[in-house]
Amino acid sequence: MAMTMTGEVTLPADRQAVYDKLNDPEVLKACIPGCQSLDKTEAGGFSAVVKLKVGPVSATFKGSVELLDLDPPNGYRIAGQGEGGVAGFAKGGAKVSLTDAEGGGTVLRYDVEANVGGKIAQLGARLIDGVAKKNADAFFANFVKIVSA
Amino acid sequence: MTGTGIGAPVRRKEDFRFITGKGHYTDDINRPGQTHAVFVRSPHAHAAIRSIDASAALTSPGVLAVFTGDDLTADKVGGLICGWMIHSKDGTPMKAGGHPALAQGKVRYVGDHVAVVIAETHAQGREAAEKVKVDYEVLKPVVDMAEAIKPGAPVIHDVASDNTVYNWHLGDKAAADAAFAKAAHVTKLDIVNNRLVPNAMEPRAAVGDYDSGSDAFTLYTTSQNPHVARLVLSAFIGIAPEHKLRVIAPDVGGGFGSKIFIYAEETVCVWAAKKVGRPVKWTADRTEAFLADAHGRDHVTHAELAIDEKGKITGLRVHTKANLGAYLSTFASSVPTYLYAPLLSGQYDIPAIYAEVDGIYTTTAPVDAYRGAGRPEATFVVERLIEVAARETGVDPAQFRKKNFVRTFPHQTPVIMCYDAGDYDASLTKALEMADYKNVGKRKRESAKKGLLRGVGISAYIEACGIAPSAAVGSLGAGVGLWESAEVRVNPVGTVEILTGSHSHGQGHETTFAQLVSSRLGISIDNVSIVHGDTDKVQMGMGTYGSRSGAVGMSAISKALDKIETKAKKVAAYVLEASDKDIEFKDGKFSVKGTDKSIDFASVALQAYIAHKFSGQELEPGLKESAFWDPTNFTFPAGVHICELEIDPQTGVTRIDRWTAVDDFGEIINPMIVEGQVHGGIGQGIGQALHESAVYNESGQLVTASYMDYCMPRADDVPSYNVGMTQTRCPSNPLGIKGCGEAGAIAAPPAVINAITDALGHEDIAMPATPRAVWRAAQKSIGLKAAE
Repeated sequence: MAMTMTGEVTLPADRQAVYDKLNDPEVLKACIPGCQSLDKTEAGGFSAVVKLKVGPVSATFKGSVELLDLDPPNGYRIAGQGEGGVAGFAKGGAKVSLTDAEGGGTVLRYDVEANVGGKIAQLGARLIDGVAKKNADAFFANFVKIVSA
Repeated sequence: MTGTGIGAPVRRKEDFRFITGKGHYTDDINRPGQTHAVFVRSPHAHAAIRSIDASAALTSPGVLAVFTGDDLTADKVGGLICGWMIHSKDGTPMKAGGHPALAQGKVRYVGDHVAVVIAETHAQGREAAEKVKVDYEVLKPVVDMAEAIKPGAPVIHDVASDNTVYNWHLGDKAAADAAFAKAAHVTKLDIVNNRLVPNAMEPRAAVGDYDSGSDAFTLYTTSQNPHVARLVLSAFIGIAPEHKLRVIAPDVGGGFGSKIFIYAEETVCVWAAKKVGRPVKWTADRTEAFLADAHGRDHVTHAELAIDEKGKITGLRVHTKANLGAYLSTFASSVPTYLYAPLLSGQYDIPAIYAEVDGIYTTTAPVDAYRGAGRPEATFVVERLIEVAARETGVDPAQFRKKNFVRTFPHQTPVIMCYDAGDYDASLTKALEMADYKNVGKRKRESAKKGLLRGVGISAYIEACGIAPSAAVGSLGAGVGLWESAEVRVNPVGTVEILTGSHSHGQGHETTFAQLVSSRLGISIDNVSIVHGDTDKVQMGMGTYGSRSGAVGMSAISKALDKIETKAKKVAAYVLEASDKDIEFKDGKFSVKGTDKSIDFASVALQAYIAHKFSGQELEPGLKESAFWDPTNFTFPAGVHICELEIDPQTGVTRIDRWTAVDDFGEIINPMIVEGQVHGGIGQGIGQALHESAVYNESGQLVTASYMDYCMPRADDVPSYNVGMTQTRCPSNPLGIKGCGEAGAIAAPPAVINAITDALGHEDIAMPATPRAVWRAAQKSIGLKAAE
């Protein structure tokens, strides 16, 4: 069940600055809700540990985060997947595109797709849309804060 | 008759035990040194297994072993089987993919069994199961049947490259086509029969035990048919020869078909008990039950009915796609074929019928028999078509049915079945009367004043029960015979033990079977006990499903009781110093014709064992007889259910206002238990019609895997039932019984949907008719009204 959503935020910085922040592991770590660690791997991606709660199921997902289709300073695709033991798996990603905002700053558009499987899907199916939206909102709210700082 | 004989509404003997918590279920059984099995299940609907790393799990506290499919292969443990061969219309045998108890290189549905952890405690097992690392290569899932058969769809089993198990057919296509060519009116309908999860109150469980001293296994399990389980585990899976494998199915808390089948978990538990040298226990949690119990129904059907200018049905054509899930479960192949299409004639005289059924693999849980098994699906097709045809031709639905009823018996349908007895006018007439059908119009107007839509729906169902004559089902592809066995052991004091191959898991056999004995021997049911569910006690049996325990199981008991009576008469003749031809047996007394000399049953039993009054060379001591009964035909319970309901178009809420059920079950042993069976069946049928639906999302995740998302009917969803009976005796068994266990679940869904569509004024609604679906349909009704 691919759960999808789109949205956009306007950021008080130029495209290159926003793009740089989007590539900064420390920034990503601070923005991904529940992210406990995010380390660069030799292959160019990141290994990540993310704590996620969907309805009655709470689990720590260990997995990878990759940045794909890099197109500085216009955007990229961020994709992640993780295994949460008996809780199942989660994978998802967002296509992020950056354009100049009217009157300065940058408009960040995102198309998010999320997928879960196993117990987390069986017990939390009806809650997943809400959880995914909440987490995406939280990610970009955190990101706005960091860019604005 | 004593007060506890045939026909008495005796309270169930077993209920005191159940309602006071004194039942003995599989999970209540604990063996010394017992360990616990926890299964590692696939979170993916379809994936190749690259590797399984159990090293971390093996060092986890309390872990004795972790087994995978390779371990089963190394021990030559065979795969699970499907016991009914179906041939496609081109004559080719069905394409059955391998069904390993633990995955061999691939998983095919969410919940599929990948590995098992055996640990000292359940908690330790769960913890270790999390540490089993499975490297999956995720493959594309396919959950929709239409997608599964498209070229290029993901292939689930290599043997079935088009994901099609069979393209089967039944009936005469040319005759049906000819009927349609001449039809004055054709009614067409597209029908979805929603997938259901069985939801027995007690989840499946198993305790495997192995005694190295005798090299013998014991499996305690939640089975409806322990002897069939032993046969399959022994002859096909290869656990042990039958004399070294005892299967015990103790108290079982509901089955509805889902406990007929021989599953992976039970197989693994009994096998692993020898591997680890200790008993191995597994009890499904509710999520496992949702994921890995065989599901029910799941048909997509296009059906057409041909009618002549006089309103007489002349032909029926049906094309059904049946979702069989990822593997063929034990009897999966037979449910949408021989348990389905032969019922498509309903209660009607239809000269030409042609049915095609495509059995299809998808990456979902296996689908097999569920209360009614094929017959609810057939009844839904027939009764929806009939209702819509009546509406389209402007004939009252009750009159339309009457015009087309079968009235002469035996009646050979064009689809195998030969109906032996029935009176369909009688049940319809009685049901219309009880339902106050003639005043429905008035009640509709009263509801309309309150802004509510009232509808009435009829369902005139027929089923084929008492399965079944062994040679007949053998000719249709069954791998087993469907007779039943019984042994009657009379103790020296005159109490009686009945050993039966039937298995009670809610049906009340301990009471009804004892009532038969009470009537026949003139003793109280308190002096009768029923022994079942243990392959060491009962020699062989075929178990309980298909409403067969009364018609087949009790007929075997009756046959054994005949032998008891014959033998007891001989004993009585010696005691009373008369010829056994002059001995009469009535009301528990043996007497010499025309004299006042008599002896009661208990005294005869004692004499049979002390054997002082006759020579052991002339008559064997003892009083114990056994019998096998093979029926001569299916039985054909039939009846009419009428559902009347109100819909609130503002909220979409459906309230069932009244329910009338008039059933012809032939002879009835215990009317209270029969009525209880009817209530339960209707409840399940209402569940299917209004509430229940097992939903897989497009990535193959079961998103209705808990009671939060899978809606079971509750007490306030069902009405008080108005139950009546009509009776025609069943000619194919000595007791005249037809069977009642599945009727409600078969009759109810079309009654509900016919009522809803009557209320709505259009046919555009599918099961389950949830408030959301009904609200949408009601908005369409309002739109249609406005357009008029």
